[in-house]
Amino acid sequence: MKTNDVILQTVTKVATFIILTFSVYLFLAGHHNPGGGFIGGLVVASAITLLFLAYDVKTVRAGLPPVDFKILAIAGVLLAVITGMGSFVFGKPFLSHAFGELDLPFFGNTEFATSVIFDVGVALAVFGTALSIIYTISEDMCIWRR
Amino acid sequence: MMNNLVVLPLLIPLLAGLIMAMFRKNIPFHRWFSLFSFSLTFAVSLYLIHQVSIGGIQILELGGWPAPFGIVLVVDMLSALLLTTTSFVGIACILFAFKSIGEEREQFYFYPLFQFLITGVNGSFLTGDLFNLFVCFEVMLISSYVLLSLGGTRIQFRETIKYVVINSLSSTLFLVAVAYLYASVGTLNIAHLSIRVAEAGQTGFMTTIAILFLTVFSLKAALFLFFWLPGSYSAAPTAIAAVFGALLTKVGIYAIFRMFYLVFYHQPEITHALMGVMAALTMLLGGIGAVAHWDIRNILAYNVIIGVGFIVSGLAVFTYVALIGVIYYIIHDMVMKALLFLLGGTMIRIVGTSKLKEMSGLIRNHPLLGWLFFIAAFSLAGVPPLSGFIGKILIIQEGLAKGAANAGFYWLAAIGLLSSLMIIYSLMKIFINGFWGETFLTRNMEKGSTKGLLLPCVLLTTVGILWGVGAEIFYPVIEQAAKSMLNPNFYIEAVLREVV
Repeated sequence: MKTNDVILQTVTKVATFIILTFSVYLFLAGHHNPGGGFIGGLVVASAITLLFLAYDVKTVRAGLPPVDFKILAIAGVLLAVITGMGSFVFGKPFLSHAFGELDLPFFGNTEFATSVIFDVGVALAVFGTALSIIYTISEDMCIWRR
Repeated sequence: MMNNLVVLPLLIPLLAGLIMAMFRKNIPFHRWFSLFSFSLTFAVSLYLIHQVSIGGIQILELGGWPAPFGIVLVVDMLSALLLTTTSFVGIACILFAFKSIGEEREQFYFYPLFQFLITGVNGSFLTGDLFNLFVCFEVMLISSYVLLSLGGTRIQFRETIKYVVINSLSSTLFLVAVAYLYASVGTLNIAHLSIRVAEAGQTGFMTTIAILFLTVFSLKAALFLFFWLPGSYSAAPTAIAAVFGALLTKVGIYAIFRMFYLVFYHQPEITHALMGVMAALTMLLGGIGAVAHWDIRNILAYNVIIGVGFIVSGLAVFTYVALIGVIYYIIHDMVMKALLFLLGGTMIRIVGTSKLKEMSGLIRNHPLLGWLFFIAAFSLAGVPPLSGFIGKILIIQEGLAKGAANAGFYWLAAIGLLSSLMIIYSLMKIFINGFWGETFLTRNMEKGSTKGLLLPCVLLTTVGILWGVGAEIFYPVIEQAAKSMLNPNFYIEAVLREVV
């Protein structure tokens, strides 16, 4: 049966960009305000899930870079752990983080923190895990329908 | 005393597991890398023992946040000893898995999962914070769910469902107990809890929370609430069952140890007496199970239960000497249970069945296997000079000494002795039926070979014998562990040096 989902698909095209932008905002806000890697990653995953729903898994998967989501999740955790271990070099306890401020030409006085790298790891891990779960379930669905 | 080494027993297996999972297809890499990871953890743990014996309790405040607010990892002598034993048992089980686990399981992340399991176990031994204990329990349990169901045979699925349900239930109760405790004293740092509970007094409400914790940890440790254990441990492949039998229940016991020696030690006439009753029942029921069964897997699983009962009976006696006995015994039990499961698994592999009545006369073709089993059986029963002896004699002697004041301890000691008889009876049943008698199987008719399987068994036996014969050499270390467990102030001062 062919369903007519023109409205869903059209809305999705716009909404995905809004969701993805919002996820970046959440990710960066997380340093001082509510937000952060976990939520940022989850929101990206929700954007992709919306695409999966509006179109079909195969089409969307073809549009994404051919990376195994599991590998992405593993790489995320590795990145987070290794960032935590960076403090070993400076003789500080595990997971210690540092930050500094830099005067950039356009942005003005900007704060840089090593915990952002840690958060990128968290975001990757959450994104990879959420999507590999959804992807696995959708593969199962195809088997049922056959 | 900031010491980054403290986090390594947790980090090494975690990193190793992650790296291995990246390269899923490369099985030889998985094998050697897991061996490397456990050897490294073993070396670090040995070094930690050395550091603790010189410099006292080592702590690490993660991210540099001081203790009651941030997360701390704490290594005292008991944790260091358990970490060392864990990585050693890990090495032995991995060596056994090389030849026995099968390519299919290896391809579905067996080795990374094994690493994550050890990450959880080590984390539970390291953490100085009740909530992180919960988290590490979960890391350990989730890996164990997958390891138990990996391979997907019918019996595995059936037992995994039970195992998952019972453990989810106990995890929920754990969380409820943690919430109650946090609501009433406002902290979850174990050292801080110890102070707060001592200040507020262990009232009836506190004792109720303590008993809730005891229930949760008993479910994990298979203390009295062991109904889930025989089924699930006998469904798993040998290498996995060995590591479960040796380590997972001990983590539950370790949690009981910490909570009831550091935090809830004010009313032993209620909490520790309850532990004593539960331990006695565990030994009796486990003993009956071990004696009654005619299937190697089931007999071994029930032996795990008897061991748990005996260790907790030592905790219930609650004296310094009994504590030394408990620490001797818990390490002996970890090594010997792993050995026993590996030997039983080897027998099953040779004969192709786990039913005792269908095997006979293995000693003709497998003398080494037979004698290793004999040593393991005598060691578990507590025959001197093997490793179980010192722990047993210290615990039972203290039980008898305390019996003068409270007749209940006579019962506990008597049941402890009876359980040794049941252990030796059940294991000799395996020995007599499996190794004695007429040899049916010629070498060509055997279902599987023992090639490479006996090396880890020999390793474990050697350590077991050393632990028994060299008990005197290890005494200073054990003494330090017992002292720091019996004086919560050592732990508190090490963790909260800035606040107190």
